[in-house]
Amino acid sequence: MSESAILEARQISKYFPGVVANEDVNLSLNSGEILALLGENGAGKSTLMNIIYGLYQPSAGEILVKGQSVRMHSPRDAIDLGIGMVHQHFQLVPVMTVVENVMLGSESVRQGFLDRERVSKRIKQLSQDYQLEVDPTALVEDLPVGIRQRVEIIKALYREADILILDEPTAVLTPQEIEGLFSVMDLLRKQGKSIIFITHKLKEVLRIADRISVLRRGRVVGEATPLEATEPGLAAMMVGREVMLQVDKKEAQPGKPVLQVKGVEARDDLGEICLRNVELQIHAREIVGVAGVQGNGQTELVEVLTGLRKLDQGTLRIGGQELTNKNPREITDQGGICHVPEDRHAFGMVAGYSVANNLVLNSYYKPPFANGVTVRQEAIEQHAEVLVEKFDVRTPSVQTSGGSLSGGNQQKMVIARELSRPIQLLVAAQPTRGIDVGSIEFIHQQIVAKRDEGVAVLLVSSELDEILALSDRIVVMYRGSIIGEVYGKDATRQQLGLLMAGVKSTLTEGLD
Amino acid sequence: MNFWSRTARISVCLTLIMMVMAILVEITPLGENPWMRVFFGVSALNLTLRAAIPLVLGALSGILCERSGIINIGIEGMMLAGAFAGFVAKSSTNDWPLYASLLYSVLVALGVGGLMGLLHGLFSIRFRMDQIISGTVIIILAAGLSSYLYDRDAISAGKFTPIPIPLLSEIPVIGPVLFDNAPITYLALILVFVVHFAIFHTRWGLRTRAVGEHPRAADTEGINVNRQRYVNTMMGGMLAGLAGGFLVLEAVGQFQEGMTAGRGFISLAAMIFGNWTPFGALGAATLFGYTQALQNEFLLAGVTTIPRQFVSMLPYIVTIVAVSGLVGRVRPPAAIGKPYDTEGSK
Repeated sequence: MSESAILEARQISKYFPGVVANEDVNLSLNSGEILALLGENGAGKSTLMNIIYGLYQPSAGEILVKGQSVRMHSPRDAIDLGIGMVHQHFQLVPVMTVVENVMLGSESVRQGFLDRERVSKRIKQLSQDYQLEVDPTALVEDLPVGIRQRVEIIKALYREADILILDEPTAVLTPQEIEGLFSVMDLLRKQGKSIIFITHKLKEVLRIADRISVLRRGRVVGEATPLEATEPGLAAMMVGREVMLQVDKKEAQPGKPVLQVKGVEARDDLGEICLRNVELQIHAREIVGVAGVQGNGQTELVEVLTGLRKLDQGTLRIGGQELTNKNPREITDQGGICHVPEDRHAFGMVAGYSVANNLVLNSYYKPPFANGVTVRQEAIEQHAEVLVEKFDVRTPSVQTSGGSLSGGNQQKMVIARELSRPIQLLVAAQPTRGIDVGSIEFIHQQIVAKRDEGVAVLLVSSELDEILALSDRIVVMYRGSIIGEVYGKDATRQQLGLLMAGVKSTLTEGLD
Repeated sequence: MNFWSRTARISVCLTLIMMVMAILVEITPLGENPWMRVFFGVSALNLTLRAAIPLVLGALSGILCERSGIINIGIEGMMLAGAFAGFVAKSSTNDWPLYASLLYSVLVALGVGGLMGLLHGLFSIRFRMDQIISGTVIIILAAGLSSYLYDRDAISAGKFTPIPIPLLSEIPVIGPVLFDNAPITYLALILVFVVHFAIFHTRWGLRTRAVGEHPRAADTEGINVNRQRYVNTMMGGMLAGLAGGFLVLEAVGQFQEGMTAGRGFISLAAMIFGNWTPFGALGAATLFGYTQALQNEFLLAGVTTIPRQFVSMLPYIVTIVAVSGLVGRVRPPAAIGKPYDTEGSK
């Protein structure tokens, strides 16, 4: 233990029923430094932080703050000890104002009534001190994600936190916003705050951290400093073996147009226009990536393509067939579309169904799986055995319920079902969200393989690295429109970042 | 701020129009038209208020529970339990001085309402029961118990009578309508303001709303989500109990089996129509109350051109129309109906 450790976790273990989330974790954070906690999805980073923040009770081990052993029973205790957390999923109440959100739980009260004025002044002060511009009277639901994150940071600072935990703060930001966040983090460090920065992105770690701890399967497997560490080295430590950071693919040989979207306009669930004059063409043997900050119409675009959302205007043609406003089954059958949905739990699978049944969700009504009105279970199971083998879905048996598989295997199951029939267009939305690196590699290979077989691919992802690695062509969505288009091999993060923020730069001109 | 919701504004406008019309009817020759007297006479307004009070209290009860994330479909049952408890308390203390006995009965109604609320809280928080089912259980429980335990020979002697407020009650029209009422009516109107300020301007209210919208966010700020919900559900139960107390101790003076007659459900409609805000609920309750008043006024004025059965349908039709079509976009608390625990909802 070093003299200046402001926060220390010793031998922390946390067991959930049937799962070891953390085991014997040691971690120490020095005063005034940024410690990066690196690990894959499901490595136990968030669980560990929730323990340090008092949300979970550790099964074993102790936590020391400023050299004192502490027991935290609720986040209240952590807040009182000067620990603040910016959660991966923002903990803000959308229908409340910034002021109300900031003071929630630490209210400023005058004569029984909330003192909004005073809190508002304090927020303005903090905004100034840390370059965190925000309007205290704005409703949180009206704010873009980047600003919401500022509100979260202000919330922690308002509670006078000097230890800040930032849980995957860059996941929702554009590259430019990430730079902004880093300069705020730098400022905080200069003012003596200590920061734990959680991420799975190697570049960021090397860019900003003072020290790095790597977590794998709930254990700390290594420590390093940015000076001595390299990207491949960290990646290997994080995953436990050598990984390919690049996707291996050949130059695209685009064929005839498969998907033709013309002048599409659609409304979201609240009746607001969410797609404006969208024009998109995807050819056979081509992967088109859709980049953009979440909530700029990507979800709705996918829904329009798959028949889940009606078009107000415009046309949708697949393989030369007019399919505007057909229902999902007509579109999948006639258009030869397959859909890897962004939320696999809500749209991709039935958690309570067996793996075998999940694998026929789009074909159970056809022979050989159906025999008139009855299903043929043995045909379904034979089919499942084949796919499980081919797509490396690790499951005890095909009768196991889909919900009990790990995220990566669930996703491979979805991919197996969608890719295992003749298709001409693959629509993949966030195909690798929240899954392990091994599965990501596998899924990327499958997508590229489909392209090489002649399928047109639309890839929507919030991970810019994924878009850059896979796409032959990239379109950027902003406020429901396609604001720019670049060739995959020419694209840079900066250029895409500007487009994602709605800035149409000269860089993108001259490209059709 | 969201408390001046569209529905609240519409309701307030309607109330103002009615008041103005009533004054005109009272002091100008307009009053010679019998139809005008039916629609806008002082007695129509008086009846409106009387019918609206239990709805206001019921809606406030719903607001307290639902703002914290607990669906309260059991208002009807809590109301009935309060009415019955008030009646039992009153009829067993007939020999006390009238006001002591009435006050005691109100407290009992509040207490039993609160217990019903606690029961609902236990079902839906502790035992994570479906909150609609739990509410239904409350309704059936109250109806069954009150009818089983009801002693048909028991009599409750006396009820709250109007206390005119000096000076204010002498203002034409407004005076007799608003300032010549019995205590629970005044209390209910005051409670609208109290609940409004409590919800939007106090620490408790901020936490209530947070717990109902995004319990995880509240939890990460060290707020005990389930404790807040228990407290709110109990207070909601008390207000529903008070509504029942109003029926027995101020409006009717006796208990009848099933005397709440759907008022709990209409309260629920008023709460939704008012977009979960106290003033919105007041406006909606007034509107629903007015339709009930009209029903009586038609009968009293001997209107026969419209069949009586259609007139009796009026309150229910207005309720359906209001809740289905007119509401526009209301937004219930986001976390409503979902049980919460820290480590479970990872």
